[in-house]
Amino acid sequence: MDQGSIPTSEAVYKLIQGLSKLPGIGPKSAQRVTYYLLHAPEEQVKQLSDAILSIKQKTKLCSVCFNVTDTETCLICRNEQREHGKICVVEQPQDVPALEHTTSYHGLYHVLHGAISPTEGIGPDDLKINELLERLKSNKIDEVILATNPNIEGEATAMYLSKLISPMGIKVTRLAMGLPFGTELEYADDVTLTHAIEGRQEF
Amino acid sequence: MSNPRNYQTEAIIIKGVKLGEADRILTLYTPHLGKIQAVAKGVRRPRSKMAGHLELLTYSQVWLARGRNLDTITGCQTINSFLQLKSDLWLTSCALYVTELVNQFAAEHIENYPLFQLLLKTLEPLCKDKDKELVLRYFEINLLNQVGYRPQFKHCVACNKALQPATNSFCSAAGGMLCPNCTQHEFLTYPLSVNALKVLRLLQDSDYATSSRLKLNSSISKELEGVMYDYLRYLLEREVKSATWLLTLKEQKGMLVPNK
Ligand SMILES: [Zn+2]
Ligand SMILES: [Zn+2]
Repeated sequence: MDQGSIPTSEAVYKLIQGLSKLPGIGPKSAQRVTYYLLHAPEEQVKQLSDAILSIKQKTKLCSVCFNVTDTETCLICRNEQREHGKICVVEQPQDVPALEHTTSYHGLYHVLHGAISPTEGIGPDDLKINELLERLKSNKIDEVILATNPNIEGEATAMYLSKLISPMGIKVTRLAMGLPFGTELEYADDVTLTHAIEGRQEF
Repeated sequence: MSNPRNYQTEAIIIKGVKLGEADRILTLYTPHLGKIQAVAKGVRRPRSKMAGHLELLTYSQVWLARGRNLDTITGCQTINSFLQLKSDLWLTSCALYVTELVNQFAAEHIENYPLFQLLLKTLEPLCKDKDKELVLRYFEINLLNQVGYRPQFKHCVACNKALQPATNSFCSAAGGMLCPNCTQHEFLTYPLSVNALKVLRLLQDSDYATSSRLKLNSSISKELEGVMYDYLRYLLEREVKSATWLLTLKEQKGMLVPNK
């Protein structure tokens, strides 16, 4: 069958259209997945479609850290083994698994659900910033790690939070910014290089 | 087809919007091509060689390849990263305000070299000069000059008489000042003190070096900010989002102390 031709079934056509809107999936992969599902056992397809639906129907935000969870509070917040005096502030829920994957952080998280963007009209009230401040007031927290993205919006958010949190007598740290592993010095921009020089460590 | 497939230009990055998983659509302000949009591939990945050179508020040399819809950035090298602007919340916010206005008022693909120079010569003093408010006011007045909305500060726009040293009013809808007499017949006017009007005239007619010698007290500063925000909002027919943010920051104590 010709890769580019329009399928004769509307159901097939609809699924290809839907899949090709997903990140990383082009029209050809969408077509391949669709025909795979067409021939797969009905039970397997049903499990997949239930799984897709349930991420919309069964998930909610953790009432403490605003990470995505199925329960009132998430597994990390409920874990007694973790350091409850440390909070790492991230922009998006998907930043949490990225940091967890490193296994080098054992504290808690706080998900802002975005970053301050003056030109888009996104301010502190549109993010979980008041919730963070409340959390800091009512718990014994000794360090807040700002892990917002190293770009203008993430930096503005970090600077804003630091000005609010430092006066509370809590240690505020920022993820080190510098040269990403595997890059070459000659391609680095001035901002990255400056951060890398300032954040240099004894070798 | 006289357009070559590849070209290069200096550019200041004034806006960025996420595209797909790892790309961004950037809005660039250039000396001779005016405002252009281009795709920067892969710049949201940590190992991107281009990301740092294409961050907002960066002045770079940019190499582009023409595309069917949008052109693609193929290379870039920082000319000035305006590091000071990026390490202080208030300065970052001022600079974003400046670039938002350029983005709103500039047309795509229309060369406006004086506006490019104005943008560059605003970001530089924002980094180093003391009175950031004065830098912003100088920018606004001269931006309006460059994009065809030069406000009338010498004569009354209704009766055309020269303004007397009294409390005259600015009228956004009329694009200039009204004498006390004509003010009575207009709604939505903004009364200006004699000194505030003098400052506006000076900012409109002098270069930055001369203007930067002005010392503004806080009440004049506030008057000027009010009248400019009013006029800009009127011309754009909407709020200037980053101006709202600047006001929010001003209301919160301790937000303006610069990191030195
Ligand atoms: Zn949680
Ligand atoms: Zn008049």
